[in-house]
Amino acid sequence: MVSKSIMTADDVRRALTRMAHEIVEWNQGTDRLVLVGLRTRGVPLAQRIASRIAEFEGVSVPLGQLDVTLYRDDVMTRGPMPLGPTAIPVDITDKRIVLVDDVLYTGRTIRAAMDALVDYGRPEVIRLMVLIDRGHRELPIRADFVGKNLPTSRDEDVHVHLVETDGVDEVVLTR
Amino acid sequence: MAETVVDGRIQADAGAAPAPEPFRRRHVLDLDDFSPGEIRRVLDTADVMKEILRRPIKKVPTLRGKTVVTLFYEASTRTRVSFEVAAKNLGADTVSVAASTSSVTKGESLVDTLCTLQALGADAVVIRHSYSGAPYLAARVLKGSVINAGDGWHAHPTQGLLDAYTVRSRLGELSGRRVLILGDVLHSRVARSAIWSMTKLGAEVTVCGPATLLPSWWVQTAARNGGEVMPGLRLSTDLDSAIEGVDVVMALRLQLERMQSGLLPSMREYVRMYQLNAARLARAKPGALVMHPGPMNEGIEIAPDVAHGAQSVVEEQVANGVAIRMALLYLLIGPNVNLPLEGEKR
Repeated sequence: MVSKSIMTADDVRRALTRMAHEIVEWNQGTDRLVLVGLRTRGVPLAQRIASRIAEFEGVSVPLGQLDVTLYRDDVMTRGPMPLGPTAIPVDITDKRIVLVDDVLYTGRTIRAAMDALVDYGRPEVIRLMVLIDRGHRELPIRADFVGKNLPTSRDEDVHVHLVETDGVDEVVLTR
Repeated sequence: MAETVVDGRIQADAGAAPAPEPFRRRHVLDLDDFSPGEIRRVLDTADVMKEILRRPIKKVPTLRGKTVVTLFYEASTRTRVSFEVAAKNLGADTVSVAASTSSVTKGESLVDTLCTLQALGADAVVIRHSYSGAPYLAARVLKGSVINAGDGWHAHPTQGLLDAYTVRSRLGELSGRRVLILGDVLHSRVARSAIWSMTKLGAEVTVCGPATLLPSWWVQTAARNGGEVMPGLRLSTDLDSAIEGVDVVMALRLQLERMQSGLLPSMREYVRMYQLNAARLARAKPGALVMHPGPMNEGIEIAPDVAHGAQSVVEEQVANGVAIRMALLYLLIGPNVNLPLEGEKR
């Protein structure tokens, strides 16, 4: 297995800072903004975005987390999957949601996440932020805020490591 | 996976979740062969399911296209409805068969009824029967999953799981907790399943009732073993001492329909000696949980003010029952379906 570093800790930090600014700029502030991290690594990413927004704007935006396993279209064919907690702390009706995930690939996780979210209410808009967009979409889904576009082939794997889950911040490509 | 919500905000948990062990079980017939890890797996899955019950739309699509049949040869409201709600919340279709309105009244055998349900496409059959062991027969006949919803005096495993879940939700881990199960133990499949779930998780269980309503071989075994029937299970006929300092009191329904003559001298004497009332509850640990599997004979095994008092978690047991049954349906006919199970090929 050959692995290659794609982003260092500094790269991750800068990308998140930039995207936090982009999100606030797009939303024209923090009014009705809600961040929802997709388990597992979308959750710490969403927390970091929220803490940066708190630094720039002095506002703590509501933060949720979503486990989409029960909504996946491959739930019956993939074998056992860990079920994690879901917590959406506010009524999301008429809110402006930013979904946060580590890697955007086929788009099927995001499809499941949107199905899950609309069971909690009717948001005004849903946007998507990802640290890595590696291409190969199977659904008409795109990211609105992207840390890094990374052209890959299907036989490669992208691993996002974060301090909270893996002890170190880095993005690695393996094949 | 520790996660806490403080002021509506989530504190980090987000440990990288490894792929879980497959749940290598096709049926749930009794808890006697469950490992503590398997019980915890069901309870942890129920935690996820319970969140769904708090949503505005209490439904996920996970089991779309699956059919769950409830086949009840005995009267039931809460268990049958609980299974149906659980299946519907997970997106499955449900069919409810009551023996009293089915071809059973024309003399159809249990096996033939089961084969019919299988031919109609049942992925899981939830069965309640007055004969102990009937679900085991069903499990031999059916290709799909069988869940025992109560068989005779033998077992009611989903009730045992929801009881353990209710205690864990309120008090944390069961290890070292003292649980008193009170009343008509002899006829109680609920007691037998609660004993398995709770002792396997490390609780110290005492069953208490008149000697005529305790299984005689338990009484004999306890007499030989200094009051212990098996590790974690003790017997008592003296409620006032047995209730001293316990964390949980579970009152059982006096099963008048199963009662043979001679087991109780009189109802008045039973009430006087074994009813869970406020004075007796005061001897338990302060804030001890009051549980009852329902339906309650208020004024007989439990006083109404205790049944509906501040320490009662009876309604919570019912709500938790839906989460437990969702968890079991998910684990039995959810994403494990393509795995080889318990050494057999599907």
